Amino acid sequence: MTHPFSTLTQLQTQLRERSISATELTQFYLDRIAQLNPMLNCYITVDNERALDQARAADQQLAQGSAAPLTGIPISQKDIFCIEDQITTAGSKMLANFRPPYTATSASQLEQAGAITLGKTNMDEFAMGSSNETSYYGPAKNPWDLLRIPGGSSGGSAAAVAAGLCAASTGTDTGGSIRQPAAMCGLTGLKPTYGRISRWGMIAFASSLDQAGPMTHTAEDAALMLEHMAGYDPKDATSLDEPVPEYSQNLNQPMAGLRIGVCRQFFSEGLEGAVEQSIREALKTFEHLGATLIDIDLPHTPLSVSAYYVIAPAECSANLSRFDGIRFGHRCDDPTDLQDLYQRSRGEGFGNEVKKRILVGTFALSAGYYDAFYRKAQQVRRLIKNDFVEAFDHVDLIVGPTAPTPAFQLGEKLDNPVDMYLQDIFTISANLAGLPAMSIPAGQVRGLPVGLQLIGNYLQEGTLLRAGHQFQQATDWHQLAPEIE
Amino acid sequence: MMTIPADWQVDIGLEIHAQLKTDSKIFSGASTQFGQPPNSQASVIDLGMPGVLPAVNGAVFKKAVQFGLGVGGQINRESRFDRKNYFYPDLPKGYQITQMDQPIVIGGSVTIALPDGSTKPIALTRAHLEEDAGKSIHDWKPNHTGVDLNRAGTPLLEIVSEPQLKSPEEAVAYARVIHQLLTYLEICDGNMAEGSLRFDANISVRKITDAKLGVRSEIKNLNSFRFLDQAINFEISRQVEMLTAGQPLSQDTRLFDPEKLETRPMRSKETATDYRYFPEPDLLPVVLSEHYIDEIKRNLPELPQARTNRYHSTLALPLADAQRLAQDRRLADFFDETVAKTQNPKVTANWIKGDLLARLNEAALTIADSPVSSDQLAELITMVDQDTISGKIAKDVFGALWEGKTTSAAAYVRDHQLEQVSDLSALEPIIESLLTDHPKQASDLKAGKDKLMGFFVGKVMQATQGTANPKQVNDLIRAKIDRS
Repeated sequence: MTHPFSTLTQLQTQLRERSISATELTQFYLDRIAQLNPMLNCYITVDNERALDQARAADQQLAQGSAAPLTGIPISQKDIFCIEDQITTAGSKMLANFRPPYTATSASQLEQAGAITLGKTNMDEFAMGSSNETSYYGPAKNPWDLLRIPGGSSGGSAAAVAAGLCAASTGTDTGGSIRQPAAMCGLTGLKPTYGRISRWGMIAFASSLDQAGPMTHTAEDAALMLEHMAGYDPKDATSLDEPVPEYSQNLNQPMAGLRIGVCRQFFSEGLEGAVEQSIREALKTFEHLGATLIDIDLPHTPLSVSAYYVIAPAECSANLSRFDGIRFGHRCDDPTDLQDLYQRSRGEGFGNEVKKRILVGTFALSAGYYDAFYRKAQQVRRLIKNDFVEAFDHVDLIVGPTAPTPAFQLGEKLDNPVDMYLQDIFTISANLAGLPAMSIPAGQVRGLPVGLQLIGNYLQEGTLLRAGHQFQQATDWHQLAPEIE
Repeated sequence: MMTIPADWQVDIGLEIHAQLKTDSKIFSGASTQFGQPPNSQASVIDLGMPGVLPAVNGAVFKKAVQFGLGVGGQINRESRFDRKNYFYPDLPKGYQITQMDQPIVIGGSVTIALPDGSTKPIALTRAHLEEDAGKSIHDWKPNHTGVDLNRAGTPLLEIVSEPQLKSPEEAVAYARVIHQLLTYLEICDGNMAEGSLRFDANISVRKITDAKLGVRSEIKNLNSFRFLDQAINFEISRQVEMLTAGQPLSQDTRLFDPEKLETRPMRSKETATDYRYFPEPDLLPVVLSEHYIDEIKRNLPELPQARTNRYHSTLALPLADAQRLAQDRRLADFFDETVAKTQNPKVTANWIKGDLLARLNEAALTIADSPVSSDQLAELITMVDQDTISGKIAKDVFGALWEGKTTSAAAYVRDHQLEQVSDLSALEPIIESLLTDHPKQASDLKAGKDKLMGFFVGKVMQATQGTANPKQVNDLIRAKIDRS
C-alpha cells in the first residue's frame, strides 16, 4: 500500500522494484485529489487522462528497464508554468481559458526525466500574494488547519504536497513564494540562484526576481527535482550557463567545518517568540552536526521589503501590459472603442491585488518619480547584495526563520496589506540579491509547522541541500504529516 | 525649392528608423521576409505570449557597430536594452524593447553636399537598437481594425541627428547620405517602399535673432525623400504663418497627408504618453570587446566619401564620374576590380558608366546581375589598349559578351578574325586602289578638303570589315596624298 506522504526516493524504489505500477500510483493520487481537493482547493486543473497516458508510458519504460530518474512519479505544477495545450491560469480570471502552445522549459525537463504531471496547482493571482487568497479560484487551504492559509504564492503546490495529493510540486519565488508556503505547510522548498532554472514558459511577475524551484517532503527530494529543473536555456538570456551538479549524490558530505552565519537582523521585532525558539533549537542541531555558528550583520536587510515593493510592482506593471484583451486572455463583451476594450478587459480580468501592484509600479516608474522610487530601490538592492557578498567571505550559509509566524487564519490579514507584506520580510533579501535559499521544517508551534531558512552563496544549492538533508537525518519535523482524512 | 522668409531660420533634426537586414527578428527566430500573409511570421515571442522571453539575435550588434564606425561615432562597450511602455494593439507586449540610457552608438557625423557645391558636417546624437511594432490595418473591413504582427520584432537601428539641418534640402541631403551609407554597409536594404527606412522629422522655426530653438513639431513616419521634403516645407510655412499671426505654437506630434500635402496633429504634449522607461530585466547588458570592434573595423568597406576622393584625386577621374561610380558599393567594387587589371581608370570608367550602365538600365538589372564580369570587361579594354582590336570592334565584342555569345573577348576576336589590321602591306594596296578609283576626292583632299579624309577612312574600314586601325589608316592616307 502506498503511503500518501512517500518521498520521491521511496517511490523510485517501489516503482523500480515493481511493487507498484506508475498507473496504480497515479490513480492513487488522482483518487485522493478527487476526494480531498474539494476541501483543500489546491488544484486549479487536474487532467486525469493526460496523467494516466503518461503513467502507462512510464510503466512501459519501467518494464523495458529504460526508465529515467523520475519515471512514473506523479507531481504537480504550479499553474504559472505553461504546459502545451493545458489550461494555464496563473491564478487569474484573465487566463481562465488560456491554452499555451508551448511548455515551460523546467516543466518539460521534468517530464523528460519521467515525471507525470497530475495537474496545475492553485496560486495567488500572477504570484502576487503571501496567502493564496488573491487567487481568482479561491484560496487553497492549509492541510494542517483548514481555516488557515497555506502561504503564498505557491500555496496550492505546498498544500498539495503536504496533503499527499502529489509526490512533489514546483513553485516560483519572487519574494518568498516557495519558501513561505513550504514553511507554512511543513515542507522543503528551494529557491535556487537567480538564473539556475530557465524562466522560459513561466508566466512573469517580476522578471529580475522570479525563480522556479521544487517543493518537496525532504531535501533529498528537492535535490532530485532540482537536478532535472536546472540548466542553461538559450531561450532565457538570464539563465546561467553553468553545469548542473548531481545534488542528490553529495548530500552526505560531512558538515564539520561548515560556517553558519546567524544574522541579527533576522531575529527582529515581529518574529514570534515560539518561532524564534524553534529556530534557536535548530541552530543547536546544526552545531551538533559539526557546524560553527557565527553572528553576522546584514545591515541593509531591513530595507528589503521597501525596495522589493518598488522593484517588483515596477516590473510587473510592464510584464502584465500584454494582457490587453487583444490576442489572448479575457476580453470584455462588446467594447465600444479601443480604450473601452483595454479598460474593461483589464478591469474585469485582474483582481484587486494585481491592480494595486500595477498602479504602484506604474507610479514608481513615471516621469518625475523614477529617481525617487525605482532608481533608489535599485541602489538599495545593490547595498543588500553587497552585504551578502561580504558576509559570504566569512560564512558558508546564513540561517534564520523563514517567516515571522506560523500559518495565520484565512482572512486575517486581508485588510492589512502591510502586515501581509511583512510575511516576506526574511525571504525577500535573497531574491533581491539573487541568492539560493531554502526553507525546511524545523519545529511546530500550536500544531503548525515552523520553517527554517537557509541562504547560500551563488550557485551553492548543493551546500543548502546538504545542510538540509543532514538536519533532516537528525530531526523528524519533515516526517510529520497533517491529519486530513 | 523652398525659400525660407528672410528673417526666419529653421532647425530640423531627423530620427531615421532603418530596418536591419537580418534573416530573423531581433528577439525571435521568426523570418523578417517582407510581404508574407498577415501574422504568418509572428512567433510566440512576437505575439508577446505569457511566459515567453526575448533572446537577442547577435547579428544586429555587428550591423549597429558597422554603422557606428561608418559615421565615426563612439561604440558603447556596454549598452543596455530598456522597456518603453505604451498600449497599442500592434505592440504585443505593451512595451517596446529599445535602448534609452545606454545606446550602442553615441555621436558621429556625416558630410552633406550643399547646392552651392560646399559641404557641411551634420552631427549625430546617437544610434540605438530596437524592435519594430506590428501594423494596424484600418481598412481591413468596416468597423474593424486588423493587426498584422509580421513586422513586430523586426530589428531597427534608430539614427538620431542633432537639429543642425537648416532647410528641407539639407534634411533630404542628410537622409540620402544616411540611406547611401546603410546600403553601402549592406546593413539595410534601403527599400523605402517596403518601409525599410522611415523618417521622423523634428522641425522648429525661430527669428534669426533668437538664440533659443523654437517650439518643435515632430512629423512621424515619412517613408520617402519626397514626402520628407514636402512635409518639412509645409510645416515650415505653417509654423512661420502661425507665429507671424501672433499665434503661439505648442509642441506636438503630427502626421503628413501626402494627398493634401499638409501635416495634421496626432497628439499634443498635454496628452503625451509617459513611456516609463526602465531597464529590460529579461536581457543582459550588451558587452562588446575591443577585439570584436577591431575585427569589424578591419573589415569595414571603403565608404562612399573616401572612395569618391580616391577616384577623383588618385585615379584622376572627373568629380562627377568619381561620384557616380562610388555611389553604389557593388558598382564601385566592379570598377575597382576592373581597373586592377586594365590599369586604365579613365577608359574603364567610361566603359562602365557608358555601355555597361546603359545596358544594365535597359535590362533593369543591377551590377550584381551583370552578364559581363569585371574580368571579361578588363580583357576587352586591354585588347583595345594594346591596339589588338579597334574601339568599334570592341563595342561589338562587348555586345557578344553581354548576349552570352562568348565568355571571352580574346576567344571571340580570334574566332571571328577581328584583330586590328596593322599590317602595312595589307593596307597599302587597299588605299592605293581607293585613291585611284576616286581621283576627284583624292585631289580635293590634297587641296585641303580635310573632310574627305573621313570618306577614305570609312571606305578602308568597310573594305577591312572594321579590323583596320583607323588612326593608322588615317596616317597612311595622309602620307600617300602628301607624296602624290
